[in-house]
Amino acid sequence: MTTLVERHNAAQGRRSEPDVAAVRAEAWRRRAPLLPALIFMVIVTQVPFLVTIWYSMRSWNLLRPDGDRFVGLQNYVDIFADSVFRGAALNSVLITLSCVLVAMLIGIGLALLLDRPFRGRGVARTLLITPFLIMPVAGSMIWAVSMLNPTYGLVNWAIGLVGIDPVDWTSTYPVLSIVIALVWQWTPFMMLLVLAGLQAQPKDVLEAAQVDGAGWGRTFVSITLPQLRRYIELGVLLGAIYVVNTFDQIYLMTAGGPGTASANLPFYIYQRAFLGFDIGQAAAMGVVVVIATIIVATFALRLIFRSFEQKD
Amino acid sequence: MTTAAHSANPATAVGRPATPRKDKGTGVGGGLLTALTWVVAIGFFFPVAWMAMTAFKNENQAASDPPTWFFAPTLDQIRAVVADSGTFLGNSVIATGVSTLLVILLAVPASYALAIRPVRKTSDVLFFFMSTKMLPVVAVIMPIYVIAGRLHVLDNIWTLVVLYTAMNLPIAVWMMRSFFQEIPGEVLEAASMDGAGLMRTLRSVLMPMVAPGLAATALICVIFAWNEFFFALNLTASRAATVPIFITSTMTSEGLFLARLSAASLLASLPVIIAGWVAQKQLVRGLSMGAIK
Repeated sequence: MTTLVERHNAAQGRRSEPDVAAVRAEAWRRRAPLLPALIFMVIVTQVPFLVTIWYSMRSWNLLRPDGDRFVGLQNYVDIFADSVFRGAALNSVLITLSCVLVAMLIGIGLALLLDRPFRGRGVARTLLITPFLIMPVAGSMIWAVSMLNPTYGLVNWAIGLVGIDPVDWTSTYPVLSIVIALVWQWTPFMMLLVLAGLQAQPKDVLEAAQVDGAGWGRTFVSITLPQLRRYIELGVLLGAIYVVNTFDQIYLMTAGGPGTASANLPFYIYQRAFLGFDIGQAAAMGVVVVIATIIVATFALRLIFRSFEQKD
Repeated sequence: MTTAAHSANPATAVGRPATPRKDKGTGVGGGLLTALTWVVAIGFFFPVAWMAMTAFKNENQAASDPPTWFFAPTLDQIRAVVADSGTFLGNSVIATGVSTLLVILLAVPASYALAIRPVRKTSDVLFFFMSTKMLPVVAVIMPIYVIAGRLHVLDNIWTLVVLYTAMNLPIAVWMMRSFFQEIPGEVLEAASMDGAGLMRTLRSVLMPMVAPGLAATALICVIFAWNEFFFALNLTASRAATVPIFITSTMTSEGLFLARLSAASLLASLPVIIAGWVAQKQLVRGLSMGAIK
């Protein structure tokens, strides 16, 4: 990138030395193409968030006409005393971590399998990416109804063949059922990223390693894995950003139930806002989620930048 | 970092057939690995195949125990879905098409400014764009709902257009910036020496070069907008409801609905599945760009 910019600047520098006004005009010319996108994003995302902070300090329930008054931080005190909120927070962490880790491990395995030359490789890859392309609403329904239904679901039929009693999956193991559907949907994404990393490996290095007598395991650990590192980190980061906001699967597969056993934070906030009409508390939960996300994301980003520095 | 990024450029590597390595793909071990690959691939694809099969069953076959593997296919469910889904489909096409167009119109100049004529604090601006992607949607849904209500734009497809544009813009800026950065400096120099102005350079030199990247970006925006459910669920009712809402509406509390549901799911997923299959390489390239630059 730097080289490109320097060359470009050099090309412009051949003109006569510009005065201050021209420099300022040039700065604006550079900035101008950026402004529409920037202004649009500030209005559509930051303004509502500021309003959320304002709502979070009000006692406002649409079902109570006397409501909507300023209560300071009372909503925050209430939600941290709310065991359902804490349970939903725990589920969010549990679902995100298990989904991203399992999907990444299977994704690495599949990418390694697909990196080998064999006939019909393109077809196998096409089959494998399909779960990522399915509409999440449709994917959730496939799992909730066709696969995991207690009476006519295929999973119970299959385990029945080996003599295991039918299981009411989404009631007995609601979080596991959701994680299964999510892992199915996200594994292809991880696989594609890791595969791109594998195919970007300089082949001469691999060959040199083979000539030097390094076995497959040795080559994988000391050459392939460091090369894949950025791809894996990107997959984990992007995957986590999307999975932490999971709503479709929970809404459609378990509705957060039984009770609130499988609600994550997005689903619980949705329930409080649109079924409980408790705008104040829902807003306070939203703010807490944003703060938690910022902390985790900063931590994750710092981790990634540190690995960049080590590498270079 | 820059030089490393240039030498390890995946753009040329992705999708390139792997050079055959001697000790792999042959022998008993290789055969077993290939067999394993196929088993897993078919396993992952199976739920989709089953959904497609169920779409051509009648309701009793769809919910039978044991499952029905062989049957005389019927088009009843598909016909019913096509007949019922008109409004939803129209709304989805508007929300997806217009929002993707807006994203491209906003993202191309922005990413151009960030990549080719970097402004000061480029990384701050990029960080801001990406950080909005980390802002959980649930944290802004209440104000959006209340504001949309006051403006009388609830159950209005243009509300979804605006929100989907905001949803996809950060990732589009991020991806397009990587594609612009791939353009060699000599090209810009040459254009500048030939006296081409900004618009001219952008239109006749840069755009043709980033066209594949633009297509990849648009595809990813289309996928996310077409599949979006949360905003559609909360901000639309009867007039502006989109295809994902239609799928959930095929579920009824009484009677069997699985074949109808499968037919709706199949038709709703089909455009994105086909687009994704056709454009696999661009998809990979677009997604993996961020790992390099």
